[in-house]
Amino acid sequence: MQETIDTSMIDWSRAQFALTAMYHWLFVPLTLGLAVVMGTMETIYYRTGNAFWKRTAKFWMKLFGVNFAIGVATGLILEFQFGTNWSNYSWFVGDIFGAPLAIEGILAFFMEATFIAVMFFGWEKVSRKFHLASTWLTGLGATISAWWILVANSWMQYPVGMVFNPETMRNEMVDFMAVAFSPVAIVKFFHTVLSSWILGAVFVVGVSCWYLIRKREQAFARASIKVASAVGLFASLVTAATGDQSAYQVAQVQPMKLAAMEALYDGSAHAPLTVVGPVRIPEMLSVLATHSRDGFVPGINDLLQGGYPLADGSTALSAEEKIERGKMAVNALADYRQASKAADSVQMEAALATLQQNMPYFGYGYIRDTASLVPHVALMFWSFRIMVGLGVYFIFLFALLLFLTWKKSSFFDQSGWLHQIGLWSVPLAYIASQAGWIVAEVGRQPWTIQDLLPVNAAISHLETGSVQTTFFIFLVLFTVLLIAEIGIMIQAIKKGPEDI
Amino acid sequence: MITRTWRTTQIKTKMKLTDIYNFYISGFKAMTIGRILWLIILVKLFIMFFVLKLFFFPSFLKNKTEKEKQEYVSNELIRRALSQEETIIKTN
Repeated sequence: MQETIDTSMIDWSRAQFALTAMYHWLFVPLTLGLAVVMGTMETIYYRTGNAFWKRTAKFWMKLFGVNFAIGVATGLILEFQFGTNWSNYSWFVGDIFGAPLAIEGILAFFMEATFIAVMFFGWEKVSRKFHLASTWLTGLGATISAWWILVANSWMQYPVGMVFNPETMRNEMVDFMAVAFSPVAIVKFFHTVLSSWILGAVFVVGVSCWYLIRKREQAFARASIKVASAVGLFASLVTAATGDQSAYQVAQVQPMKLAAMEALYDGSAHAPLTVVGPVRIPEMLSVLATHSRDGFVPGINDLLQGGYPLADGSTALSAEEKIERGKMAVNALADYRQASKAADSVQMEAALATLQQNMPYFGYGYIRDTASLVPHVALMFWSFRIMVGLGVYFIFLFALLLFLTWKKSSFFDQSGWLHQIGLWSVPLAYIASQAGWIVAEVGRQPWTIQDLLPVNAAISHLETGSVQTTFFIFLVLFTVLLIAEIGIMIQAIKKGPEDI
Repeated sequence: MITRTWRTTQIKTKMKLTDIYNFYISGFKAMTIGRILWLIILVKLFIMFFVLKLFFFPSFLKNKTEKEKQEYVSNELIRRALSQEETIIKTN
């Protein structure tokens, strides 16, 4: 007989976290993206002294302000959930999670709160130079905040720089630099932040295209599209490059995520990349995952059954073997704590040695069915393709728009269909952004911390009903906020840039 | 001489603080769309901290001491992994 946790409670808690994170992520990328676009516009104003650019920058700042105000602090709800719904997780991660989040909170408050005030209130009160610096520092503050959040998230995907203390039951940070600058965190930061710039750029393109469709503010709209397309094209190319790096890292540290992304059940050397349906690029998956054309890429079945060669020359363990190792780790933890109570140092030392030996598999001790180690394959497969497909689409869109606006092409002014494409690309940018997070987060299931703590161990003992109640409260709250955001945004867009 | 320098510094600091205060006050007074946004922020923060946090999201371990938290989490993590019979033997 085993102690069980109500699986519907786990699912509701996961759904609640996903709902909150996805709503929060509607606001964050626009903040990060618009910050760069409006900063670039104000820089042009600073360098040229042309009041047209001041008017242009001020308009996008207003929309930035709306988005910032509606989205601010929505991420704190995730922290509420850690303490209530995921208390075992919160205790287990110790200061590793707390330190980056505390730094994020302090930076977000002091840096953004200080410079955002100068940005909005200081146009006629501080020097142009100081105002420009404040605009960029507002964006930088938001970006540094994102860094620490992504450091915390990356640690969950690739836990490094810590040692588990069986006495305190917490992971203790032993190498801050390893946590703060883990290769996964660095790539995730650039991929996430630059993809946010894409969203910001698409938003500017979309709103500007609306003005062109309405034949209003045409010079303003063309200039905005030109700047946004330049920012967007740069961001799209860097995002593609970091996406490639990210896929390589996933293959090394979360191979099951990659197998699910590719719906790859049986791995092989010279593995092809499935584009969609029967369309495949020969050997491309091996190149992406191993940087070698003949590299072996394990599929879902290989990962469950083990026995394939690893890069370090060893042989992969099967899921069953990992579960055995995980149980040995948890048994050793129980032995250690029992010996500690009895003050039996010899037994403590022996248990600690076993625990440390098997700690990399600790979380497998909670896995009862190997099928639960496989994330939702269809969701992963299609989310990944939507994200990549739209990413490629944005490269072409920005390149085309930049070319046309740079050449001051009359073709662009007369192409209403192109303006419609620009406008309707805005929801596509949000879909791509959300699909990216689905790939990252659904792909690591069942783990809250990769290989160390699955969701069924991380969750608190709660009533399913209470989690359901708060789920619907959040749904209502966030929907109201979203409606408010869209309403105020539309009002501001209809009003247009104000004369200065 | 020292007193005069100290007084000058004090006056300058006071002026700077007044300037900052005036900067914010005039900025807030000139707000248009910002008034609605501040209202939304305040209502949102009230709901988050005085309704959600207070009534729906208490810290699960908050009424326990550090030692009790360690004990509670260890029991939870050990029991969820091992069979109950084994756990009873190990934890007793």
